[in-house]
Amino acid sequence: MEATTYNYKVVRQFAIMTVVWGIVGMLVGLILASQLIWPDLTFGIEWLSYGRLRPLHTNAVIFAFGGSAMFAVSYYIVQRTCQVRLWAEKLAEFTFWGWTAVIVLAAVTLPLGITTSKEYAELEWPIDLLITVVWVSYALVFFGTIIKRKTKHIYVSNWFFGAYILVIALLHLVNSAELPWILGGSTSAWYKSYSAYAGVQDAMVQWWYGHNAVGFFLTTAFLGMMYYFIPKQAGRPIYSYRLSVVHFWSLNFIYMWAGPHHLQYTALPDWAQSLGMVFSLMLLAPSWGGMMNGIMTLSGAWHKLRTDPILKFMVTALSFYGMSTFEGPMMSIKTVNALSHYTEWTIGHVHSGALGWVAMITIGSMYYLIPRLFGRESMYSTKLIEWHFWFSTIGVVLYIASMWIAGVAQGLMWRAANPDGTLTYSFAQVVATMHPFYGIRLAGGALFFGGMLMMAYNVWQTVRAGRVVNDAPIPQAVHA
Amino acid sequence: MSDFTSGFWPIYISVLTLVSILGTWVFLKSQTTRKFAPGEKAELMEHTWDGDLQDLNNPLPRWWLGLFYGTMIFGLGYLALWPGLGNFAGLLGWTSKGEYQAEVKAAEAKFQPMYAGFMKQDVATVAADPNARAIGKHLFLTYCSQCHGSDAMGAKGFPNLTDNDWLYGGEPDTIVATITNGRAGVMPAWEPILGAQGVKQVANYVLSLSGRKHDAALAEAGKAKFAENCAACHMPDGTGMKALGAPNLTDKVWLYGGSEATIIETISKGRNGVMPALTQTLGTTSNKEAKLHLLAAYVYGLSQQK
Repeated sequence: MEATTYNYKVVRQFAIMTVVWGIVGMLVGLILASQLIWPDLTFGIEWLSYGRLRPLHTNAVIFAFGGSAMFAVSYYIVQRTCQVRLWAEKLAEFTFWGWTAVIVLAAVTLPLGITTSKEYAELEWPIDLLITVVWVSYALVFFGTIIKRKTKHIYVSNWFFGAYILVIALLHLVNSAELPWILGGSTSAWYKSYSAYAGVQDAMVQWWYGHNAVGFFLTTAFLGMMYYFIPKQAGRPIYSYRLSVVHFWSLNFIYMWAGPHHLQYTALPDWAQSLGMVFSLMLLAPSWGGMMNGIMTLSGAWHKLRTDPILKFMVTALSFYGMSTFEGPMMSIKTVNALSHYTEWTIGHVHSGALGWVAMITIGSMYYLIPRLFGRESMYSTKLIEWHFWFSTIGVVLYIASMWIAGVAQGLMWRAANPDGTLTYSFAQVVATMHPFYGIRLAGGALFFGGMLMMAYNVWQTVRAGRVVNDAPIPQAVHA
Repeated sequence: MSDFTSGFWPIYISVLTLVSILGTWVFLKSQTTRKFAPGEKAELMEHTWDGDLQDLNNPLPRWWLGLFYGTMIFGLGYLALWPGLGNFAGLLGWTSKGEYQAEVKAAEAKFQPMYAGFMKQDVATVAADPNARAIGKHLFLTYCSQCHGSDAMGAKGFPNLTDNDWLYGGEPDTIVATITNGRAGVMPAWEPILGAQGVKQVANYVLSLSGRKHDAALAEAGKAKFAENCAACHMPDGTGMKALGAPNLTDKVWLYGGSEATIIETISKGRNGVMPALTQTLGTTSNKEAKLHLLAAYVYGLSQQK
């Protein structure tokens, strides 16, 4: 018999874990920010050292927080816009437990120092294999649901989810190609591996991966989220179907080329550096296409911004998205990169994207989604969402402004020279200059984290007063 | 050396790049619909999802198209002027290596006359020149302070350079040699040979050499073991050997610490002290010889202050 209800269970599981992992990941971020101010904070315990916690922070916020959010919204959206229940629900259930297992394994192995040392791909080969199995299951569930859809056309969010699922699979398989030591007969550290690539090729593969992880995990996927929740929350049609099509294809196509900009002025051949820069600049318009389409969708509903903090989150997210996708191409220009590379500016740029765009669009979407999963019209407290919004916004602004100033100061101090040709500042002097800015950054991060705690309380109260919805009906009438 | 393993790849790169940019151009052109007349409003598309999700079909914003085409024109121009299309060097003939070499050459020419004067003087004379010391200090902060500290007082495993106590010798020529070619101070691990008790005995004997608190019985037992195993480098009287960098054990200067526990650790597990060769660290930077000379003078000067 054909299903008459949507599967909300797996959506609910991932949605709740989004909040949990968000808090965990950001808490680790706060510890790291504090360690830069008080280096002895964790008493020299190796498992809590900066080098061990840093990959834990990035993995937790990108793959645990961001990943859970994407699983939740893509499963929700693909069902509702295809008007069918999820295909292969057992597999969907497996993706939840499998993905959670990956996160837990990361949280254990990274503090132990078990790492491939590839940024954003630190997890060792046994976990890589588990990720592969989970991701293939995810792809089967998602595309299976698309195939059995009742609606004729595929909704725009699903294009973006489809691209993200396919490309992340490609990136993961290519970049994580590695030779486990055990194949060479070593059983002492059977979980260790060597990268399949060497030297500058390894660096290029890594940053082709690293940049597209940003592009497809943190951009394409979250644009798909934006394309559902903004028109829903604003109650307005999407501004331009054509713009969706054009920026979708151009964004996906051009993003693939931009990786080499992470390796400007390195051993990477000059021609590859140039291509990375040129295509990064060409990425500006496709990136802004999504921002335009989102913001113009709101035109005609601007008055709602005054009273609706969820919409505020979404519009602010788009603004930060626009800012960081302008900043990114600028930083890829060789002369700008010569100043910005290796400085705090990069950290500021990443967080304007990660906190300003990814986290804020996710938070807004969760405030829309969670009450619906628990049989309520809205969250327990709208006032608290408003507070959360201001905490987050001020937090991000403090974070990125302090890191901009710190980064530019750092870059200028590193290159400052005396009349005799020697460097004006020693490394330690530059570190000392960073100190107050690290303090401001910590304050910004703490505000953002404080907002997440409000969210957790608000979600808790919403869940407590609500009921688990497992009977959301699939409408039988199918639109064109 | 070419970056490519065969003549095919540069062509592949160039064609793929140009087809991608021009293809994007054609795609954009083909997707551009006419501008709306004044007052004309976009129609809703016919499909609806999830109850109320719909699309308007506004044409692509003109300023946005301009931005997109602009970045493509910039890209093509950049690839004509700078390297990017495979083996094509670009009309400007720029390379990152060339840029670096030009900067080094310019610095060489600019600062060489100033350094030339110092190069004619010996280390001790340069060390007495306040101008040279100022330059030397900046060089020290850039290249040496990470290990020896901004005040050159060292840290555990990193010698204090201000105390006139030298592992390899403090004569100007020795300092130049140490800085230029580096040093490897290797103390072997003795626990496999001496055993835990033997290490404890030798450690107490070592403590007795500098008149520190020690267990006399253990020290007495360690004396013969020291003569047999340690004296070859540290000399029978424990005063060390500068040719090997073997420390004097009779003074109060301890590179890794002078407590009984630390001395036991040092003897048991050995030590590997490395001073990098700055001739390698400085690589191809400008006026390298002069920088080594000024650094040596600065370090020599530090030990001559008192």
